[in-house]
Amino acid sequence: MMHLLYSIFVDPFVQMGAAPDLLVQTLWDGLVSGVLYALIALGFVLIFKASGVFNFAQGIMVVFAALTLVGLAEHGVPAYVALALTIVVMLVLAVGVERLILRPLVDQPEIILFMATFGLTYFLIGLGELIFGGDPKVMIAGQLGLPSGSYRITMAGGYVQLQKIDIAAAIIASLMVAGLGILFNRTRIGRALRAVADSHRAALSVGISLEQIWVIVWFAAGVVALATGIMWGARSDVSFALETIALKALPVLILGGFTSIPGAIVGGLLVSVRQKVGEFYWGSLVGGGIESWFAYVIALVFLLFRPQGLFGERIIERL
Amino acid sequence: MAVGLDSGKKIGGVVLGLEGITLSFGGVQALQDVSFDVREHEVRAIIGPNGAGKSSMLNVMNGFYQPQQGVIRFRGREHCWMRPHAAAAMGIARTFQNIALFKGMTVLDNIMVGRNLKMRCNFLLQALRLGPAMREEIEHRRAAEEIIDFLEIQHIRRTPVGRLPYGLQKRVELARALAMEPAVLLLDEPMAGMNLEEKQDMCRFVLEVNDHYGTTVVLIEHDMGVVMDISDRVVVLDYGRKISDGTPDEVRSDQAVIDAYLGVAH
Repeated sequence: MMHLLYSIFVDPFVQMGAAPDLLVQTLWDGLVSGVLYALIALGFVLIFKASGVFNFAQGIMVVFAALTLVGLAEHGVPAYVALALTIVVMLVLAVGVERLILRPLVDQPEIILFMATFGLTYFLIGLGELIFGGDPKVMIAGQLGLPSGSYRITMAGGYVQLQKIDIAAAIIASLMVAGLGILFNRTRIGRALRAVADSHRAALSVGISLEQIWVIVWFAAGVVALATGIMWGARSDVSFALETIALKALPVLILGGFTSIPGAIVGGLLVSVRQKVGEFYWGSLVGGGIESWFAYVIALVFLLFRPQGLFGERIIERL
Repeated sequence: MAVGLDSGKKIGGVVLGLEGITLSFGGVQALQDVSFDVREHEVRAIIGPNGAGKSSMLNVMNGFYQPQQGVIRFRGREHCWMRPHAAAAMGIARTFQNIALFKGMTVLDNIMVGRNLKMRCNFLLQALRLGPAMREEIEHRRAAEEIIDFLEIQHIRRTPVGRLPYGLQKRVELARALAMEPAVLLLDEPMAGMNLEEKQDMCRFVLEVNDHYGTTVVLIEHDMGVVMDISDRVVVLDYGRKISDGTPDEVRSDQAVIDAYLGVAH
């Protein structure tokens, strides 16, 4: 008993103090993979805010965007042209989703739209395999000008290794978030978006075109998916297995709140850091491997005590 | 040609005309061959028993429903049906029977959304807060404050709408519709569920809007006293058909209307 308490409450902190370089490394690893979680969650939040739909297809959109980029490059298209073309493909996808899925299903219950995004997921998996085949591909990170290699910082008798690609990912993610934040908080498009999120009927009655707003958010989510695909693909490879990262974003969304862009960011960082630190210092207590489920436990606790998440809008119902 | 129906009030020509509107949902006939018109600056009421098709008529006017037959003539242009955001852009604003507000936003934000269509500045200018965009924002903010003063809701300017009592929510909805500076204002039961005092306030506001801004008002209302007091002309629907049309006095003494309300066998 004493031994258990010791290994929960004392030993991990002793280890942290004994090897601060390891602690910093763990925190850093947590933060950088948090950036990627945050990017995925951001894609969800955009669509959820504007249409109240949980877009199950966000994960496959990441894969599809990355595959399109790599596939184009494999056919000899220069990297930056391929990037531009992929952005065009995401725009076409957004228009297609609006025309063929959202418009016919307007005013249907949210669960119907949710199911429709399942359909979209399998459609994109099929289409992706048809065009690009099922084999994993290598992201063209170098050709896109993304750095490789790492910095090594010595500290406290050890060293901390920082991958350059992770730093680039963090910078790109920050720029995207800042851009979206400005767009949604300062412009009339942002005001219209918040209006649509609140009430479709009322938004229509003041002259906001739902079609236009939906295309804008799905396109924005597509661009975010592309950025996620590039960053994630640069760390592993581009394959359909990436699709499941959508599920990893779920705890992030619950933690940050489904409707909050800053929530997605902070949620992503928090979930990921806790996962890494938890795995490293406490994981051995239960035989390791807690990284894959620890986030869901955190999410569960949040659902019990703060269901709207850290930054989500509290729903006030008058009875 | 202006026809004075009311003391001193100038009623203009036809601004909105509906001809032979027929609307059905599956086998249910909501509206059958309904025709009437709305003149500029008038207060036009649509009345009828429950299920008569009043709300459907309003929904046809602003494009929530698309009729199978008929023509909608608005400011001289013919449409087979309207589309909601296009109708709004053409100058048709509305409120809803069971209130549709942006509940998470403040009263001021709700009203500012009503001015969305009037904003012209490029979103890039707005994002960067450049001069023209700032000037535009200030100008619209001033217009919003004027409406807030007009409807006497200064004290709740910064309150999220979801927290307000029902009567005030109705008033905010009217404010948002007014912010669009509409040519025609459609009100779906603006006094439903209100107490006497709130009803009197709302009546006063509707008449003042009509008087002060010259806005044409089309309203659905159940309270007969209210309808007869504030409308210039009344159209009566029953089972999706028009059964009477005229001034309040004419409608009141129409046998078909009396039968419909008292439930005489058809």
